[in-house]
Amino acid sequence: MTTAQNHYDAIVVGSGISGGWAAKELTEKGLKVLLLERGRNIEHIKDYTNAMKEAWDYPHRDRPTEQMKQDYPVLKRDYPLNESTFGMWANEKDSPYTEKKRFDWYRGYHMGGRSLLWGRQSYRFNERDFTANLEEGVAVDWPIRYADLAPWYDYVERFAGISGNRDGLDVLPDGQYLPAFELNIVEKDVAARIKKAFGGSRQLICGRTANITQPKPEQNRVNCQYRAKCWLGCPFGAYFSTQSSTLPVAMKTGNLTVRPFSIVTQVLYDKDKKRARGVEVLDSETNQTVEFTSKIIFLNASAFNSTWILMNSATDVWEGGLGSSSNALGRNVMDHHLGVGAYGEVEGYLDKYHFGRRPTGFYVPRFRNWGGDKRDYLRGFGYQGSASRENWRRDVAELSIGADLKAALTEPGHWTIGMGGFGEMLPHHDNRIFLDPKVKDKWGLPVLAMDVEMKANELRMRKDMMQDAVEFFEAAGVKNVHGYNGDYAPGMGIHEMGTARMGRDPKTSVLNANNQVWDAPNVFVTDGACMTSASCVNPSLTYMALTARAANFAVEALKKGEL
Amino acid sequence: MERRDLLKMIAAATGLAFVGGEAWAAGVKTTSASKALFGAGDIMLLDEIAETILPRTETPGAKDAACGAQMAVMVQDCYDAKQQALFVAGLAALQASCKQQYQRDFLQLTAAERTALLTQLDKDASARNAAIASNDSTNVSNRKGDASIEPHYFTLLKQLSIFVFFTSKVGATEVLRYVAVPGRYDGAMPYKKGDKAWAT
Repeated sequence: MTTAQNHYDAIVVGSGISGGWAAKELTEKGLKVLLLERGRNIEHIKDYTNAMKEAWDYPHRDRPTEQMKQDYPVLKRDYPLNESTFGMWANEKDSPYTEKKRFDWYRGYHMGGRSLLWGRQSYRFNERDFTANLEEGVAVDWPIRYADLAPWYDYVERFAGISGNRDGLDVLPDGQYLPAFELNIVEKDVAARIKKAFGGSRQLICGRTANITQPKPEQNRVNCQYRAKCWLGCPFGAYFSTQSSTLPVAMKTGNLTVRPFSIVTQVLYDKDKKRARGVEVLDSETNQTVEFTSKIIFLNASAFNSTWILMNSATDVWEGGLGSSSNALGRNVMDHHLGVGAYGEVEGYLDKYHFGRRPTGFYVPRFRNWGGDKRDYLRGFGYQGSASRENWRRDVAELSIGADLKAALTEPGHWTIGMGGFGEMLPHHDNRIFLDPKVKDKWGLPVLAMDVEMKANELRMRKDMMQDAVEFFEAAGVKNVHGYNGDYAPGMGIHEMGTARMGRDPKTSVLNANNQVWDAPNVFVTDGACMTSASCVNPSLTYMALTARAANFAVEALKKGEL
Repeated sequence: MERRDLLKMIAAATGLAFVGGEAWAAGVKTTSASKALFGAGDIMLLDEIAETILPRTETPGAKDAACGAQMAVMVQDCYDAKQQALFVAGLAALQASCKQQYQRDFLQLTAAERTALLTQLDKDASARNAAIASNDSTNVSNRKGDASIEPHYFTLLKQLSIFVFFTSKVGATEVLRYVAVPGRYDGAMPYKKGDKAWAT
């Protein structure tokens, strides 16, 4: 089966944020790379078919139909089901999963993966994010520290283009930023009042986001045009995605081969050499199986799917699959829990409005269990929010129907402000995913079963997440403040991670400090699966940094003949 | 802010969330998806109801934006069976009120009579919605799946009229202000009373 055409220096499985980075780094360092994507191809700009559409261009004004809700029983649980991004989230009929407990799994099965759909908020983990497990006796210790990753954060920020301010906060380390987006007048005033009310211990800062405020001509990317339609694909290339950023660079090297419609079913393991020799691919269109071989393999199929591949690999050696000797494979599922916060009304500023639509809002960095603060739970949370004037969607209680109502809705309403929390979820051995022996997908492959729940630490934290948001706004003089603590189910954060974690001991972790599978050192996992803890900040920037670092290590090790 | 939180905030802030939205969709399966609910006469009726709610003034009104036809599409395709039943029964109830008060069909009423009738229905709807809201003040999620919570049918008519009007090209570009590619941000843009709101 294996021919010269099927051999590469490296195989990268998955083309999302981390897979794109792996492909870029490895090809730039001279390796011949095969990038495998299970879904269809999406070409930059050309295939962003809805990018310039507005509500009136869709048959149902961008709302889901009942038919769509029937066909997508998981997607309909939250915002992903709509007309504008239809087809950009994985099809649940073809690719089902089972839920021992409710788990909302939102997947992007196409070139670029969720890099096309992501929220783009880009924050560094801080020093304590890497030491908290050790200090608190939670799970296992990270095998790396902030200092190990700091230069790689610098590196990926410069390339990806992160816009933000250097705010000088220990809790949220500064990076290499393009000029920040701008807070509006109300947000600026609230920020000033917060600083005063909390003596500097709480902050409202501008969100740091992977949208560029200055052009990057070397990448053919134009700065943000303030349309706020990022999730439809940006014709200006203004936000970081595989298509806008990493893929073109990798293609330019001449070292990259891209193969869409390629479902990797297992890593091929050579038990004598204790190394992987390649991967088995099921062509999702022809149903034919093909083998590809390589010196090294990067698994970047998204946390759960990289784990799924490992579970299906080397099962003749380990029943639970490659990496299962640790008893950590598929365990320690984490997400960021959200859907809790507050909103209210800001009086005045009626002679001011906003022009343009920013791709970010404000950020409130973690303040709980930080500095001198001590709570009855571990870790903390941050908030993301924005202020704006109300539009026609508001309720004008005092007006009934007719010309007066129409005139009122035609003008902007009061300023309102709101923010929602993102809380750290602790790793738990019994929060797990596993292969469901009874259910198969469209291609006859076993599917994942989800058994994940919120534990006491998260539930205690959520009380603060609501109360603190209310207190925060009231301290800033916001009126009619309402807290909310809505229905969050694990997965809704779309930050699933932890199921093949890094660690210091092969008995309790799947990966070492360089993201190598302990039991197959030429296999690297650098997507969300590798995370030892979750922090409360959005994780993608950390995946980028870990991927660039691991790719560098892999190439150096290859040169030394160590893989 | 993440879109999901924004949507939830909108739902919470508008009291009753938009029909077809996340808040009170109770998971009832559509049973008559293929059966056309509305004919040409219904669309004329919907047009005139929407026009009474959002009339042409110095700017275009609901009929200019072809709201009736779009409302029919939304109810047909985006409402579940329970919502559809409430909407269809609502139109019949509205006509029955007309007959009772004016001995005529809604389409035969004068503009003033239409306004008077719908103003009364809006009052009835507000009273009912206030009663619902007082049972549950802030937590939108608690409303999910509660079969006893059914808004007044006029709330559906009014919200759907507003939704299809301001998401129409006419409503967005000729009644509100629309800029496809702003190109910059100004977070303290001068505003004076009477200036239009942004459509998007």
